[in-house]
Order: sequence, then structure tokens, then C-alpha cells
Amino acid sequence: MTTTTTTSDRRSAPSGTAAALRANRRRRAGRSLVVTCALTATVTALFVLTMMVGSFRIGATEVIASVLHLSDNPSVDFVVRGLRLPTAAAALTVGLALGASGTIFQQLLRNPLASPDFVGITSGAGLAAVTGIVLLQAGGLVVSGLALGGAVAAALAMYLLAWRDGVSGYRFILIGIGVAVFFEGLIGYVLSRAQLFEARQAMHWLIGSVGQASTTELWVLTAALVVLLPVATLLQRPLSALALGDDAARMLGVRAELSRAGLLGTAVVLVALAVSVAGPIAFVALVAGPIANRLLGPAAQGVLPAALVGAALLLTADLVAVHLLPTPLPTGVVTGAVGAPYLLWLLATTNRQGAGG
Amino acid sequence: MSATNQNGTRTSTGGVRRASALGPGLAVLCAVLALVGFLSVTMGSRSIGLSEVLHALFSFDSDGPISSTVTLEMRVPRTLLGILVGAALGVAGAILQGVTRNPLADAGILGINSGAAAFVVFAITVLGVRGVGVYVWFAFAGAIAALALVYAIASLGREGATPVKLALAGAAVTAGLASVTSGIVMTNVDALDELRFWQVGSLAGRYTPILTGVAPFLLIGLAASLGFGRAINGLALGEDVARGLGQNVTRTRAAAFAVVAILAGAATAACGPIVFVGLVVPHLARFICGPDYRWILPYSMLLAPIVLLLADVLGRVAAAPDEVQVGVILGLIGAPAFIAIVRYGRLSEV
Repeated sequence: MTTTTTTSDRRSAPSGTAAALRANRRRRAGRSLVVTCALTATVTALFVLTMMVGSFRIGATEVIASVLHLSDNPSVDFVVRGLRLPTAAAALTVGLALGASGTIFQQLLRNPLASPDFVGITSGAGLAAVTGIVLLQAGGLVVSGLALGGAVAAALAMYLLAWRDGVSGYRFILIGIGVAVFFEGLIGYVLSRAQLFEARQAMHWLIGSVGQASTTELWVLTAALVVLLPVATLLQRPLSALALGDDAARMLGVRAELSRAGLLGTAVVLVALAVSVAGPIAFVALVAGPIANRLLGPAAQGVLPAALVGAALLLTADLVAVHLLPTPLPTGVVTGAVGAPYLLWLLATTNRQGAGG
Repeated sequence: MSATNQNGTRTSTGGVRRASALGPGLAVLCAVLALVGFLSVTMGSRSIGLSEVLHALFSFDSDGPISSTVTLEMRVPRTLLGILVGAALGVAGAILQGVTRNPLADAGILGINSGAAAFVVFAITVLGVRGVGVYVWFAFAGAIAALALVYAIASLGREGATPVKLALAGAAVTAGLASVTSGIVMTNVDALDELRFWQVGSLAGRYTPILTGVAPFLLIGLAASLGFGRAINGLALGEDVARGLGQNVTRTRAAAFAVVAILAGAATAACGPIVFVGLVVPHLARFICGPDYRWILPYSMLLAPIVLLLADVLGRVAAAPDEVQVGVILGLIGAPAFIAIVRYGRLSEV
């Protein structure tokens, strides 16, 4: 920017600066568009690939035709629509939801560690579900319902406890820590008192897997995404303003408390539904935002790219968990192993000051 | 926001008064710690009177009453370990929060717990190791390896180990290691059974050999940690200001991480991950002392063992003759207390 100014300041400095700013903004918008398109293409490719591989291999065109109801081949339809589509759709939707809600939390609370995993929302879901599994021997939809209720209850409790003439990010984080520690303590207690078989089942749920989703849950999550992802994208501008601090946001004409409540509500609904579908799959929400930010370049943050990164991460993790490992494992085991090295590589290679965060 | 401003103006006028009140406060905390330590020796599923304790300590004979054996072989080591481990985790948490300038930072999110857990699981499944006494050392090695990895990755690149990069590298290493651990655990029921008890965090069953094993590391680390107050105050002002004040930022960070690795590594190895102490107690200390790390560090060092021992005693008494792990009690009672303080108190930010 400085070089552009010095070369053009002989004619008129202000217009030169403005031109440089405009060029910079255009370049960033261009990069953001390219990154988003590339991510969309990657996610689509992974989505199709997930349905191609397996003990019965199917070509890409056949998969697409079957999903779109364009062909009429009963055996392919059975494998694709009956067996593989639910898992692939679960990975896609859960990944989108976790990525979006994670980055909203991180930007809103202005803390790269403040994903729903660490501020108590997923642990609320975890406690409800683990209690259901261990004490009530529940399974299936009951556990999902309990998890949904637990997450929403935890989020509501945190919001109310943190409320004092508005919600400050810092107090919300501290309250979140307290709530998370409380629930983790209870989960530990329930697990150490349980029989080994039920403890194993509960641990399995706590790790999370996309392979266990039922059609009803998937439809609910998909509907929520169709409504809430556009809402989150529209709320991107107040979100970026709030990331500068409440006072700055108010000066930019943002109704701070209202926007924050809206954003928190969106993020909580997304993460609660995602957890109820697939269990608290770790680190997708935490890692998606920082990865997207590093791809977008400095000072650019987007909900949609983060959601797409989340989906790509979860689809890859599902492929690795089911097809590459000697014994199939729950997806949550692999998300860390897939996402962590990539984030570490980005951290090691991105040298720019202030990138991400 | 407004809370910080009020706090800021208050400290500028009352800094001296504050220091004069905080000094005696430390003495009070020492007395409280002694009292809690005494409670921890005498109370439990089997109550032991003062005279019996003194008798056991000063004129012990192996054929004496069973209370002497209980005191010397179980209660005293357990109490000493609780004090050391609590102090270590508290100070380590305070240092990490200061260095990364992040209220969510603790030994857990910077990779220590997951490193220790990964090595413990490795020792159980691959090497067939059994028993807390042996895998303490695996946990210690794992914790140090994980923290070293986090620091190494975060310091790549031009500007070195910035707070954001440290936090993200820590989270990423934690994620990767947790994947490995849970992958092994899901396919090996024995390892799961050992790990689920290790993971809650407890002082139970850790007797003299473990205490004497980790005590030297903890004592050295604690002594070294107290010297960091001024340096972390500088870092808390931001890197550029710290450099302007003549601080070698890189060296301070590296030294702080080395101390934390020893403290939190040894403590986690001995007792498992006790999240509350490392994460929450530094916030309590900050709540009492304000933003000055020269006070936060000693306060964390004394508050943490008090909280830990109280929870331990409560866990022993509440469910006697059985016992509830400290981690659970801290979550159930400590967390609501912390929430109440955060809700109604005046905050000062990291």
C-alpha cells in the first residue's frame, strides 16, 4: 500500500490512497471468492467420492444420477441412496454446522480457543446423553433428544449467568469455563461409576460418529442449515464489527446486544443439532475457523468458508475412518488426526503478522 | 468493559494500599493451607485424632496401632502430594494464561494432558505396563514432549511464538494426540478401563514412591516460577511494549514454557489431569489481586493446594468408606462457586 501511495502522490495523494485501498479491497474480495469456490468444489468432490468407494465401487456419474433421481438402477439406488447417502449427508451437514458455529463463537468472543467445545455447550450435551446411556440404557433418538436438550440448556444457562447489562465476551468465556468444568466433572463421575460395557458405549457416543444418524435427525439439521447458513452469512457484517469491540460496533451502526443474541442463537442451534446428530465430534468447530482464515488471507473472516472447511474436514475424516484404517472407527477419533496436522502446517508456513486468530 | 475501566482507575490510586493488603493476605493463605493440610491428615473414612497423628509422626513403631500406619503411609504422603501438585498446577496455569494472554489457556489445551494420556495409553497397550507407579514416568515424558512440540511449531515463522499461534498450535497438538489416544482406547478395552480412571484426576493411591519421584521436579519448578512475575507483567502489555521495556520476549517465553513443562508435566503425571486447578484457580487469584502477576503467581500457588485439598477431604468424607475423585468434587462444588464469583464480582481481564 505504501509503495502505491509514493508512486502516485505526485498527482494527488488522497485519490491515490483511495485507489490503493480500493484495489486492495478488490483483491481481497477476489481471493475470498476464489477460496470459497475452491472449497465448494472440494466439498462437492469429497461428498461424491464418499458415496463412490466401499466394497461395491460405483462410478461418479452413476452416483450423481442416483442421488438426483435421474437414473433407474435398483441395485445402485439401494447402495447409494439407502446405505451411503445418509452417512455422506450427515458428514456434510454436521461439518457445515460445526464449522459455521465454531467460527461465529470464536469471532464473537474474540478468542481463537472459544469454540463450543471449550465453553461448555458440547459438554452440556455430553452430560445429558451420557446420563441417558448409563442410567436409562437409552439409545437412538432418545439420546439425540437428550443431547439437543442438554446443549440448549447449557447455552441458555450460560447466557443468563453471563448477563449483566448485556453480555461481555470475557465474562461469557469465564462462565463458559465454569459450566464446562461442572459438566465434565459430572461426566467423569457418571463414567467412573458405570459398568464397563455402558462406559464403553458412552465413550463411543462422546467421541462422535457420522454413521449413526437417523433420517429424521438429518432432515431437521438440513432444514436448519438451509435457514440458518444464509442468516449467518447476512450477519457476517455485524459479526465483523462486533469483533472490533462493542463500542466500535455501535459507532459503525450495529445494534450490539441484538446482533450478538442473534448470532449466539444461530450458532447454538447449529451446534446443538450437529451434536445431537453425530455426537460431540471434537475439534471440527475449533479448527475450521482458523484454517479458513489462513486460506482467506489476513483480516478476512467468513462464516461460509469456515462452514465449508468444516464439511471438507468431516468428509475426509469419514473417508479415513471407514476406508483407510484396518478396523472402522468412529469419525470423531480421526477428525483430530486429519485436521491437526493441516492446521499445524498452516501455522508453520503462514508468516504474515496478524493472520488468523 | 466498564468493569475493567473501574478496575484500572482503582489500581492507579490504590496501588500501594493494595500491595500492603496483599502481603498479609499471603500469610493468611499460608495459615489456611496449614489448617487444610491438618484436616487432610486427620479426616477421612477413618478419623484420626490429633494425639494419634503426633504419636505417629514423632514416635512411630511398626507394631503400633493401625492409625499410625494409615497416617504415615497414606495420609501424609497424600497430603504432601496434594499440596505440591496443587501449587504446581495453579502456578503453571497462571503462567500459561499470562504468556498466551488467553483466559482459556491451561495445561490441558496446550497439549500436556493429551501428551501424558497418549504416552500412558502407549505404555499400557504396547509395553504392557501396569500400575500408577510405573506409568508416571511415561506420562511425564509425554507431557514434556507435547509441550515442546507445541512451542517448536508456534515459534516457526518470522514473528516467533505469538500468543495466538501458541494457543492454536496447542489446540492442534491436543487434537492430534487425542485422536491417537481415543483410537487406541476404542479398540482396546483394558486400556479404556485404566484410562477412564486416570482421566478423572485423583490423589488416591499415590503414595510415597510417587511423591518422592516427582517432588524434586515440582520443588525446583515452583522455586523457579516465582521469578516470572515481572516478566509476565511485561508480556501482558503486549509484545512491542515488552520489547520497548528492554525484555527479551523470546527468551522469556521459552523459559516460562520450560518451567510450565516441568511443573504441569510432573503434576499431571502424578495425579492425572485436574482441570479445575490449572484453569480456574488463576482466575480466582486474578480476582483477588488484580492484573499484577507478581501477586497472581504466589496467590495461585497457595490458593490451588487449598482448593485441591479441601475437595480431596470432601471427597473422602462424603462417600466414606468409598471415595469420590477430586476432579469430580471440584467440578460439582468448585465450578458453581466460581460461576457465582464471576457473575457477581468485578473482573480484571488477562
